[in-house]
Amino acid sequence: MTVTLDAAANAAANAAVNAPASAPANAPVIAAAAAPAASAEPTLVIDGAVKRYPNGAVAVRGVTIEVGQGELVVFVGPSGCGKSTLLRMVAGLEDITEGEIRIAGRRVNEVEPAERDIAMVFQNYALYPHMTVRQNLAYGLKNRGTDKAEIARKVAEAAAMLQIEDFLDRKPSQLSGGQRQRVAMGRCIVRDPSLFLFDEPLSNLDARLRTQMRLEIRKLQRRLKVSAIYVTHDQVEAMTLADRIVVLNGGQVEQVGAPSEVYARPASTFVAAFIGAPAMNLIPAELAGGALRIGAEAVPFAAPPAGMAPGFVTLGLRPEKARVVPQAERAGGLPFTLDAVEELGASRLLHGRAAGADVVTAADAALPIPQGPLALHADPADLHFFDAVTGTRL
Amino acid sequence: MTALADPLAPAPAAPAAARPVNRARRRAQILHHIVLIFGVLLMCGPMVVTFMSSTWDPVVIHSEGLQLGYGGKFLETYETVLLKGGGFTGEITGTLMLWNSVLLGLGFAIGKIVISMLAAYAIVYFRFPFASLAFWVIFATLLLPLEVRILPSYEVVQRLGMLNSWSGLILPLIASATATFFFRQFFRSIPDELLEAARIDGAGPFRFFVDILAPLSKTMMAAIFIIMFVVGWNQYLWPALMTTDESMFTIVRGIRQILQVWIGANIPDYNQALALAILAMAPPALVVLVFQRMFIKGLVETEK
Repeated sequence: MTVTLDAAANAAANAAVNAPASAPANAPVIAAAAAPAASAEPTLVIDGAVKRYPNGAVAVRGVTIEVGQGELVVFVGPSGCGKSTLLRMVAGLEDITEGEIRIAGRRVNEVEPAERDIAMVFQNYALYPHMTVRQNLAYGLKNRGTDKAEIARKVAEAAAMLQIEDFLDRKPSQLSGGQRQRVAMGRCIVRDPSLFLFDEPLSNLDARLRTQMRLEIRKLQRRLKVSAIYVTHDQVEAMTLADRIVVLNGGQVEQVGAPSEVYARPASTFVAAFIGAPAMNLIPAELAGGALRIGAEAVPFAAPPAGMAPGFVTLGLRPEKARVVPQAERAGGLPFTLDAVEELGASRLLHGRAAGADVVTAADAALPIPQGPLALHADPADLHFFDAVTGTRL
Repeated sequence: MTALADPLAPAPAAPAAARPVNRARRRAQILHHIVLIFGVLLMCGPMVVTFMSSTWDPVVIHSEGLQLGYGGKFLETYETVLLKGGGFTGEITGTLMLWNSVLLGLGFAIGKIVISMLAAYAIVYFRFPFASLAFWVIFATLLLPLEVRILPSYEVVQRLGMLNSWSGLILPLIASATATFFFRQFFRSIPDELLEAARIDGAGPFRFFVDILAPLSKTMMAAIFIIMFVVGWNQYLWPALMTTDESMFTIVRGIRQILQVWIGANIPDYNQALALAILAMAPPALVVLVFQRMFIKGLVETEK
């Protein structure tokens, strides 16, 4: 596999070298317009975008995001959070009710999708079933009036990059899922857009292929240095692909940040529960006078984080940061009753209850499963505190 | 096919226990074939009788009834029917009538496909006020078959001065609720992403229709073509009202015409009428035979 990936990477690198030569021929107007502002203006600016449907339903409620040059931003959230709608607004497939979207410094609210200098990979690939792979790749260029030799060159280049040269004369129905996925990406590459849009492109693939294609998308995007938005509901995909993650919930941005940052400092209980697998334990608790009251238990808690007033909070603890130890070994902690054990190979998950709350912890599979009366321990530094009512981070 | 053939093939290596099962299956198959053969006889019998009788002398048919055997006058009869001028003016031949029928069938089928595809395209892909109302109005015309509205239709064609013309014969018939409905259902089953991908690829409404929708509808078009060609070919009442000029007679009308006109002093030319009936049946049957694979594909297969 490494061999193939490297070959793809080399091809991509070659293409990247060739790209400057082809860029002016492709989009001279846009390039000229964007040139003075190129360094200052991010590739994409979404400024207070709102999507309201005629029936009154609101899918996107005032989202403001910037995507920098060559950056891969992942929109992640549960279904119905507005991530796909937002992407389709960028693509021009949905009208923008309020706000503004600028691509390379140009307002595109009223611009046709074809003129927005974007390319999109759809969830079901949306390849034209009656056309060969070659025709599929060429169709957009043909419509733009690109001359034949140029089309042939670009198609060959993209095909080499994606290793689909052997399938160029086949119909999409004769290809496997992974190959169709590549063709869909090829259709984007040939257009040399300033922004790639991916709408859950891997959700139709099996798990193994998904992991592999995920890596390929990442490498390809790095080589081509094209900005990209990637929409997914899969937080693993979001974590592995993103330069920055945008967590959306109910049409609003919950948090924007680098994957590590979103993981380490979730801005709300929603983000905390959504990012990371297994999900963070969220336990209702009360901060009072140097102690943390959890259910009927009180844990001495010497140093509450600065600026935190006594009162009800939601306590967050990552399963991998929690430790379950026999009470005999270590004093303190919360009494923990073990209900079930899930083996994951490298690690195992211990499901149980502590102080009236369901708690999951992850432990190294090499360690024996603790026996006897157990207690839950955690480093105070690993605890997250959220407002009990609003769910925002304290 | 192999799957069907396998159970019939003797399996010497099979254990003895499997035998009764095979025998039962075989018996069931024999029964199936008896039913099928009966159906085939029922469908083909009248046609065989018609064809065989048409090769006999009219005298024989008149005195002895329809014939099952070959009468030996195939060439003479069919040559007369195809090439000898007949009718009131004595100018209309079988060949001309066949050609007229082909024109009517083709115009009818192609016109219907074009009009209904455009209508379905508008209904499915464009947002305009009362779109669904428009569709249901089109659909409701199914409740008013041609026979019901034949007098007003005649009036319209007559006032437009289109009697005895091909346009008068074909144009009033090419609006088709059935075909519009079929195409609407088909277009709705095409994923929206294809349209969106095409929009991003810079295809406008015309391009999308020509480059993507039309090629995807090929099998659907073939299916509707067969149905509509046969319907057009079999039109009797409409051409009988719209055209009085004998040079525009279709073969379906011709059968009756010949029987009526060629009744001489003695015996009607039964053989020629039967031969015309065969000639009238053959082309639609051929069209169905040739296109049947596409026909089935269009109705059952989704190539999306």
